Amino acid sequence: MGKVPKKRNLADKVRKTKTSTEIKNNPFEVKINRKKFDVLGRKTKHDVGLPGVSRSKAINKRKETLLKEYKQKNKSNKLIDKRFGEYDTKMAPEDKILQRFAMERQRVHDKKDVYNLNEEEELTHYGQSLAEMEKFNDIVNSDDESEEKGLLSAELTASHFGGGGLLKKRTSGDQQEEEGSQRAKSRQELIEELIQKSKQEKRERQVQKEEAQELTEKLDQEWKSIQSLMVKKTPKAECDDKPEEKPKLEEYDMMVRELVFEMKAQPSEKMKTPEELAREAREKLQKLEADRLRRMMGEEVGDTAQSLVHMSADDLNDGFVLDKEDQKTLAYQDGKWNIGEKSEDEDEDEEEGESGGEEEEEEEESEAEEGDGGEEEEDDDDEEDEEQEGSSDEEDGHSDLESEQESEDEERKQEAEEASAEPKKILSKEELKAQQEAAKAELPYTFTAPESYSDLKDLLHGHTPDNQRLIVARTQKCNHPSLAVGNKLKLQKLFGFLLEYIGELATRSPPELTTIDKLIPELYSMCQIYPEAACKAMQGILGDAGHSMEEELEVKGHVAFPTLDMLIYLKVTALLFPTSDFRHPVTTPALLYISQALMKSLQDVTSGLVLCCLAVEYVSFSKRFLPELINFLAGTLHLLHTHLSQHIAASYAVVPPFRPSGKCSDLLVLSDSESCKSWSKKSLPLSATQHLDLKNDLDRDHHRLMCLFTCLDLVKRCSLLYKDLMSFTFIFQPIRTLLSKHLSAQELHREILETISSVPVSHSRLVLEKKKPIPLKLLTPKIVEVLDYGKKRGSTREEREKERLKHKYKKEFKGALREIRKDSRFLAREKLNEVMNRDAERKRKVRELFGSLATQEGEWKALKRRKRK
Amino acid sequence: MAPAKKRNVSSAKTSQQSVKTAKIDLNSKVERILESRKHANDVFDILEVLQSEKDKDVISAADACGKLFCTLLERKELFIGKLPGEEEALGGGYSAEEKYRMFMRHRYNSCVEMLLEHLTHELHGVKESALCCLMKFAAGEGQHPLEDLDWSEHYSFPRELILAVVERLLSKTTDNSLLISRFQEFLEMEDVRYYVMSSVRENVGKVMDKSKGAVMPVYQTNVFTLMSNISVPSQESELTNFMVKQEAKHEDWKAAKLNEHKRVFERMWLGFLKYKLPSNMYKKVLVILHDSILPHMSKPTLMIDFLTAAYEVGGAISLLALNGLFVLIHQHNLDYPDFYKKLYNLLEPSIFHVKYRARFFHLANLFLSSSHLPVYLVAAFAKRLARLALTAPSTGLLIVLPFIYNLIRRHPSCRVLVHKPSTEDEPLEDPYLMDEEDPAQCRALESSLWEIKTLQKHHHPDVAKAAMLINTPLPEKEDDISEVLEITTYELMERDLKQSQIKNIPLEFETATQLLKGVGDVLGQHFCLD
Repeated sequence: MGKVPKKRNLADKVRKTKTSTEIKNNPFEVKINRKKFDVLGRKTKHDVGLPGVSRSKAINKRKETLLKEYKQKNKSNKLIDKRFGEYDTKMAPEDKILQRFAMERQRVHDKKDVYNLNEEEELTHYGQSLAEMEKFNDIVNSDDESEEKGLLSAELTASHFGGGGLLKKRTSGDQQEEEGSQRAKSRQELIEELIQKSKQEKRERQVQKEEAQELTEKLDQEWKSIQSLMVKKTPKAECDDKPEEKPKLEEYDMMVRELVFEMKAQPSEKMKTPEELAREAREKLQKLEADRLRRMMGEEVGDTAQSLVHMSADDLNDGFVLDKEDQKTLAYQDGKWNIGEKSEDEDEDEEEGESGGEEEEEEEESEAEEGDGGEEEEDDDDEEDEEQEGSSDEEDGHSDLESEQESEDEERKQEAEEASAEPKKILSKEELKAQQEAAKAELPYTFTAPESYSDLKDLLHGHTPDNQRLIVARTQKCNHPSLAVGNKLKLQKLFGFLLEYIGELATRSPPELTTIDKLIPELYSMCQIYPEAACKAMQGILGDAGHSMEEELEVKGHVAFPTLDMLIYLKVTALLFPTSDFRHPVTTPALLYISQALMKSLQDVTSGLVLCCLAVEYVSFSKRFLPELINFLAGTLHLLHTHLSQHIAASYAVVPPFRPSGKCSDLLVLSDSESCKSWSKKSLPLSATQHLDLKNDLDRDHHRLMCLFTCLDLVKRCSLLYKDLMSFTFIFQPIRTLLSKHLSAQELHREILETISSVPVSHSRLVLEKKKPIPLKLLTPKIVEVLDYGKKRGSTREEREKERLKHKYKKEFKGALREIRKDSRFLAREKLNEVMNRDAERKRKVRELFGSLATQEGEWKALKRRKRK
Repeated sequence: MAPAKKRNVSSAKTSQQSVKTAKIDLNSKVERILESRKHANDVFDILEVLQSEKDKDVISAADACGKLFCTLLERKELFIGKLPGEEEALGGGYSAEEKYRMFMRHRYNSCVEMLLEHLTHELHGVKESALCCLMKFAAGEGQHPLEDLDWSEHYSFPRELILAVVERLLSKTTDNSLLISRFQEFLEMEDVRYYVMSSVRENVGKVMDKSKGAVMPVYQTNVFTLMSNISVPSQESELTNFMVKQEAKHEDWKAAKLNEHKRVFERMWLGFLKYKLPSNMYKKVLVILHDSILPHMSKPTLMIDFLTAAYEVGGAISLLALNGLFVLIHQHNLDYPDFYKKLYNLLEPSIFHVKYRARFFHLANLFLSSSHLPVYLVAAFAKRLARLALTAPSTGLLIVLPFIYNLIRRHPSCRVLVHKPSTEDEPLEDPYLMDEEDPAQCRALESSLWEIKTLQKHHHPDVAKAAMLINTPLPEKEDDISEVLEITTYELMERDLKQSQIKNIPLEFETATQLLKGVGDVLGQHFCLD
């Protein structure tokens, strides 16, 4: 069967190829398209055509498609034969079968058994599962049946199969013996009896089996006891010989057991997204707030605190609690069970896995609680913690981390509160009252973000600096941008308000700098979250300050030194933004502002020195050159002189705003040279830039000395900072002259002078950087790629593309028209064929009819004739 | 005004009424006087009011006087010619008509005197109305001269009246700048201006001679204010606006000739500048000199002495004198010896801090744009500017760096300042002598511009970038300095502040915990929070 079709196929192929070559070679079949002229290198596809072949191809194609459609026209239902390969003659029947089988399998597998890994499909034999049949075999092999096997009792067979003839006869003999007694036994009774019997047998077998088992167990036990006796003998003898080996073994043992009892690694909680964290933080705060409110209302809190006590995972929640004494942790200590030792506090259990440092802090806090120290101390602790942690987090100052750490803080606080609540299980009335008071004094936990500056002021008004900081932190947390849509904007505004608030704090008298100090971390964290908003706010402040300074400068020609708030802003800028950037949208203007202030204003040496400090901070990393700074320091030193003769003053140039001589040119001269002795170094308060109340000459002198000290220190820093500059000597020349010639040498001077003189004064000459020579212009022709020959060129690419598409469309359109025409021609031909066939049929039938009628007529006539005859 | 106001407050209504009634009174009196000569004696009442204490009365009286006497002048009812004394007039054989005219002329004279006195009144309102009234009289007198002369031969103009007004305007004790600015309105008339100029010159000569050349700040300020308000038109055809039109030979009148104007203008200024001036006055004069004085002078070269003297003074005054000198050198062929040497010595640290920085650099740029300057000179300038740049503010640096580059571009032989490859590459000390006054001796050409190398580390990015340019050969095209001349620090700040598209702002990674901590901790070491 397999060979025959193959042969035929081969034959077909042979014939086909033959015909095709024949056709190609047959000059009557081939149509040659005449070429007008030869083009070298052009390959033509259509020089030879086979019109007959292509026509028959087209007709066949139409027959398959168009004709079918035509025939199906106006017919709504049709038979679709879905059998695989039914009409495919090329396919071998075996292949067909295989394919069909595979398809069926696939169909079964489609949905139900997608996840069925091992079960393939149930194989059946005459409707019964083959698997079950196999099981049946197993059952047959089991010991229950094994004894019955081969035991084909006559009764059984009789009951099962109705009994053979011979056997039956024998039993009938028996029956006759017991006819009187057992006659009434019907067939059903018999069967019941049979079942009972078999059951009894089964039970007996079971009992036997159990007994055998018991016996074996007993034997095992006896063997064990004997074995232990046998084994123990030898180690004991060894033990006496090597007593030091025992602890070693124990050590190992200990380790093993400890390892066994040690906490296994448990799946940790999944990483939380920032939103989740924020939500948790807020929920925590809300909970705390609710708690606080309740306490404020005077409800008993002991229960809730109790309920929060540690619960083990094995706790059945049935009220059964082990006593504390009973709760022992399994551990070794110095090679002994430390069963007798007391376990640690419950709190510590809660904190398993947390670092030891935190536990210590916990203790600190609890101590603080014991002292009934209230919130403030606790906050202090918190802050210290945070600072410590902050410094450790320095490398990766991520905001997430920080918020996490803050949330940790909150957690700890919460725990601390719980701890504080715990001992007061039974509160007297006074205590309750006191607690209420405390709750009132305590801060709320949730805040709405302030909408305006005055809102913020109201919010922060009357709180201690620490609390103000807490308020800001909580506001920030309650309004995390992931919690609500408008929160981001609110917090961005909050930053601006805070800045404004800081400015106002600085302008108060006396300035509340400690509050500002406390608010700095908040500002920093907010700045980290919203750099754009922070940048905008800071730029606004700087822009305003710069503008007002410019205006004042135009009117008066000089300006007052920036006020304390501006100094603070500048410092905050340095804290929030990197000062070492080559160009930074905030710090660059800030530095310009500083330099301008140093250059144009002349009023207060103290403010100037603060500015100088800031300037040094700004350039300390980048080591960039700030001429105004040096000028100011030199000018300040210049103020130290008392009576200078003109020629000394001319030995160095004093840069404006300082003047060689004038009414203020001896501002820093000591009124009494003795006051040096009573002076000791201490830090100047920042508020000294605003107002100074120095009562007597001594105080004034001390202030002068302080300024001098600061100034000299700054000069020292500058000299170290700018050591690498090429023109260092010229930059520091005025300072050097001043220090070396006009001021009595002291230690600090000497240091500075040494630095100045140690720098090399000679430099190699300036040479321009070597530059790559510019390559000569090349004169090779430019090659323009021409893509389509003979077409219109010169138009743009788009136009060409359009042209091409238009052409293509035209071609396609024509082709489609042609096809449609051919289709309709074909159809018409078919219809004509149909009509002609129909007509021919009719004609044939009519002729047939006529024929039959004629024969009938003939027969009838013949009959008539015969009759006549 | 203060006492008058107080009175107004206490009895506002009554005083207002009284003022009104007084005004009506005065107006009716004026009308009556003009109506018939019977009421001629009412003029005394008006003059009495003119002398009263109340400023409002005085003002209304001044108005009334102006109206009265202008009409009388028009009617020619004032005596013309040399006026005999009052008693003489009464006694002499004059007709009643003549007596009346004499009487009125006498009243007119006393009225003018009173008004002139009012020019030194403490209230501006009074001064102003008095001035207006006087100028009306002047106009009237110009049309109907009170002198008895042959007007076909002479030009009628109330010179005396103008002289008296100018004398009062240039007070020695009070600053009359407001009144003078009001007076400017009249200076637009060509003849008035002409005569005011000549009277100013006379007055200055007289007063300064009397004080023997000592500085009189208030007086000189007044003179300066008046003079600086005077500007001569540039073309003769523009001389059209006259207060007094001469009937005969108008074209020959001095006040109608531009050259005469220029000459008087020149003499006025020279007469003023001849005397010693306070230093701020010096600056003021120098600021407007090139712009509003030199072009209007017939012989600007006459200013040479003044300008060279100012140039020698040093400091800001020298800087300002540069401008005038430039005009003279440029347009009038002035040859100034050692000009560049002096210019070189003008370069001091203060040039970056003075108000006239932009003007100075603009001029210096012009002076040094000559291609005929010796190389040593240009090199000296470049080196000195570079040295000064070490103490300059950012805005100054943005000017001076392109300035130096332009110098090097114009004089390619100065390139050794930034590019001097040598075989023996040994470091050397800067041979440049900063204290040397002579640019030829300062050894600038032997030096290099290390200062610019230093400025590459300047704190402001724009400056640092500008300084970086010396690392590579300078582009051919000159930098346009005029763009940066007027730049202010705030504009520099705005460049950074107004940058609209900031993608991401770098932040300080070091966590801020305390106000005084962080970045070097300099502030924290010297200052504490409280």
